[in-house]
Amino acid sequence: MAGLTGRMSTVVKAKVSKLLDRAEDPAETLDYSYQKQVEQLQNVKKGIADVVTAKKRLQMQESSLQQSVVKLDTQARQALSSGNEELARTALERKNVAQTELQSLDTQVGELEEQQQKLTDSEQKLRAKIEAFRTKKEVIKAQYSAAEAQVRISEAATGVGEQMADVGLAMQRAVDKTENMKARADAVSELEAAGTFDDVTALGSGEDDIDRQLKQLSSSSAVDEELAKMKGEVGSGGGAAQISPGEAQPPSESGKA
Amino acid sequence: MIVRISGEDQYRLPDSDSQRLNELEGAVIAAVEGGDESAFAASLPALLEYVRSRGQPVPDDELESSDVILPPADVTLLEASGEFTGEGLIPD
Repeated sequence: MAGLTGRMSTVVKAKVSKLLDRAEDPAETLDYSYQKQVEQLQNVKKGIADVVTAKKRLQMQESSLQQSVVKLDTQARQALSSGNEELARTALERKNVAQTELQSLDTQVGELEEQQQKLTDSEQKLRAKIEAFRTKKEVIKAQYSAAEAQVRISEAATGVGEQMADVGLAMQRAVDKTENMKARADAVSELEAAGTFDDVTALGSGEDDIDRQLKQLSSSSAVDEELAKMKGEVGSGGGAAQISPGEAQPPSESGKA
Repeated sequence: MIVRISGEDQYRLPDSDSQRLNELEGAVIAAVEGGDESAFAASLPALLEYVRSRGQPVPDDELESSDVILPPADVTLLEASGEFTGEGLIPD
């Protein structure tokens, strides 16, 4: 039983014995240990709160991106019906980026949800163990001689200590995940701040830069496809410029937006 | 024998299960040491499922220490092969 399980057991045992070394008097050990347990339970609660905060932030970003998607889709349609394919393409590129971000946010919110659930379950287990320890502590104090008490304390403390170590591990993993999500949320915020999902009809002269970057971010095949489809839907009533764009427009046309 | 699945529960298993448990764990360790992703993806769930199906969950208010501690179900091969120990809640 070397390998992973051995390593985990060793760490837990080492931690528990450190905890027991703190005090010499059994009664003192018990109270100290209990006090530590209660403190750590607070840490778990704080850990859960952090996960919830991170999740809420991602959810807010999701709803604002959803609005952008709807808005940009509408604008693409409007642009197409008034024959401005260039503007429609820009709107679809932005929509494409927004949708990609949305999907990844969705996955991450799901993951955080899962972490939150796990931590909540762990917290409940730890709380039950601590409560059992509290009861046992009073029994040990009342019934056992110092020598016997040491043994009983050690047993009880190891049981709780193991649960604490386990919850700690779960928390650490949740924190790692949450940190990753925060980085992701920051990245989306940056895109938003750069005007990536802004109104395309408000395009000014300084927007070229964003659009150049957007072209790299969005999948051009997906955009082409959607543009073609939208043309089919919108363009049936429109006139001339349907299958002719070919090479004619891109090079020097500056548009009249 | 008491086995803990980290992040889940403690289970009480008959001592006679320890040989089978050792075999199953051996497969996981071999996969980790060989860096074999697909063997790892098959052997870890097999080990954990064996414990869940054979064991009786230890009630939350019982203070027992485990004879064996197994990693959580969602541990990655990378984590398992690295320092998969965690800091725990007990301060150093």
